[in-house]
Amino acid sequence: MARKVLVLGEVRDGQLRNVSYEAVGAAKTIAEGGEVVGVLLGASVSSLAEELIQYGADRVVVVEDEKLAQYTSDGYAQGLIAVIESEQPEGLVFGHTSLGKDLSPRVAGKLSSGLISDVTYIEVEGGNIVFTRPIYSGKAFEKKIVTDGLIFATVRPNNIAPLEKDESRTGDVSTLSVDIKDLRTIIKEVVRKATEGVDLSEAKVVIAGGRGVKSEEGFEPLKELAQVLGGAVGASRGACDAEYCDYSLQIGQTGKVVTPDLYIACGISGAIQHLAGMSNSKVIVAINKDPEANIFNVADYGIVGDLFEVVPMLTEEFKKLKVNA
Amino acid sequence: MNIFVLMKRTFDTEEKISISGGKINEDGAEFIINPYDEYAIEEAIQVRDAQGGEVTVITVGSEEAEKQLRTALAMGADKAVLINTEDDLEYSDQFTTAKILAEYLKDKDADLIIGGNVAIDGGSGQVGPRVAELLNIPYVTTITNLEINGSTVTVVRDVEGDSEVIETSLPLLVTAQQGLNEPRYPSLPGIMKAKKKPLDELELDDLDLEEDDVEAKTKTIEIYLPAQKQAGKVLEGELADQVKELVSLLHNEAKVV
Ligand SMILES: Cc1cc2nc3c(=O)[nH]c(=O)nc-3n(C[C@H](O)[C@H](O)[C@H](O)COP(=O)(O)OP(=O)(O)OC[C@H]3O[C@@H](n4cnc5c(N)ncnc54)[C@H](O)[C@@H]3O)c2cc1C
Repeated sequence: MARKVLVLGEVRDGQLRNVSYEAVGAAKTIAEGGEVVGVLLGASVSSLAEELIQYGADRVVVVEDEKLAQYTSDGYAQGLIAVIESEQPEGLVFGHTSLGKDLSPRVAGKLSSGLISDVTYIEVEGGNIVFTRPIYSGKAFEKKIVTDGLIFATVRPNNIAPLEKDESRTGDVSTLSVDIKDLRTIIKEVVRKATEGVDLSEAKVVIAGGRGVKSEEGFEPLKELAQVLGGAVGASRGACDAEYCDYSLQIGQTGKVVTPDLYIACGISGAIQHLAGMSNSKVIVAINKDPEANIFNVADYGIVGDLFEVVPMLTEEFKKLKVNA
Repeated sequence: MNIFVLMKRTFDTEEKISISGGKINEDGAEFIINPYDEYAIEEAIQVRDAQGGEVTVITVGSEEAEKQLRTALAMGADKAVLINTEDDLEYSDQFTTAKILAEYLKDKDADLIIGGNVAIDGGSGQVGPRVAELLNIPYVTTITNLEINGSTVTVVRDVEGDSEVIETSLPLLVTAQQGLNEPRYPSLPGIMKAKKKPLDELELDDLDLEEDDVEAKTKTIEIYLPAQKQAGKVLEGELADQVKELVSLLHNEAKVV
């Protein structure tokens, strides 16, 4: 059954986030041959429409307003609901990001619809769109379907493959003018703590440090390795609690959930609450001097040793590999 | 100040998960207050102590949640409400839960509603914002600080590690992120007092809701455990050789670099 599916393109620092391309890929599956329509909200975002189309959107609707320069649930909900009312889609996809998590339940509430959050896989099976998502912090999975109304989902970054970029693709870009009314929450200030460089929740490679890193300086060798691999640095709560790094790096049940291709855990014991944030990574490497550490039970490859010896050696080896490649 | 806390009973974070008869096996499992809801309860108590008023903790679930409600009362909440759906509903989803909570809250003149930002079992994080939308009040999710000054409220919101300082007003719904506070443990006198505090039990009927009004929009068709990972390979030999081998395995076998 062909459906029209809307995808919210999420803009950060003037660029579309990767997860938005993955959301387009998800929307294609849900659309079953129907139309995929990108939606862009912001102060000045129409220049990004082309990119959404190159990644598979058939056309794009843009809502521009100064009040949408920063994300607020009131502003974005008004913009998005207006687009939904004019397009009447049968499906809706957001990224499961901070923005997507904040906005999607509100939109679902407004539309009295279901919402399947944090989806890692989508397939068409027996006439249904079947969504797979982790539950119990990744200790189990469930498959869900929508039984009534709009098919609405948020997709976890790094799990659903985007379509190949096709620079020859073209599509219509239209503007919808929406009168964005009073915002009940006003952002007074944004304090940037998250790292410059690669975004932890979307990184393909994550180098994570735990209490074994021992100090703030102890993170330096990890940063170098991350740089060589084009990855991001993360941490256990142990490292954050000990003030070796900012809480914005924390991975786990009460931190970020990451699913990179490669996760290298350095000086992390592998507590269950840490595993909750990374156990679905494709390949896990553990570096720990305690051979009994639980992290080795989830690791694909392990080195028993001192991270301060192993990590710099790894960095050198990867540098050689890059040179030869 | 009339404060409500949305609470869920969840599996203990340390519990192993097993499946029987297509469902998560609950036999013998330990249950707790969802950890993020503990922050919500603590914050509610602190706001009440500073501003006066009353804290009511609400949950939608079964009789078994009484234990967690008593714990919340022992921490210092004033009243608890269990909306028992055990006999009425076979399936429910976040649409269901939010609709029930909003129906209960709509004539309660709540000034502040606090929930956890996500429950660690279902992990969807939908109920808070859905309830705010149904009540037509503003909300801020994943907060790490809350200051109330008359009807002006300043909150700090965690946005993937960055912080936003947000100004808004009451009535308001917020959801708690780690770092908001340190939840207290119930004291012994607290536990004694909790036994005498009111714990009301309601059913859908009492809210003038029919099963059809809250019928789930989604359905779980299968639950399964992740494929058992093959035992990992712990490398051996000289450290320098191990490092070379690891790089080669990641490049040639796992093909991730
Ligand atoms: C409700 C709740 C929520 C939680 N949420 C999270 C969460 O989101 N994320 C999280 O990470 N934790 C979380 N925790 C905490 C978790 O239980 C652990 O305490 C924490 O993950 C431990 O961090 P760690 O592995 O860095 O430290 P430790 O357990 O102290 O482990 C340090 C490891 O480093 C190794 N080591 C030491 N020196 C070296 C060296 N030179 N070279 C190599 N290895 C070395 C040691 O052998 C040890 O295995 C939570 C706990 C609770 C109760």
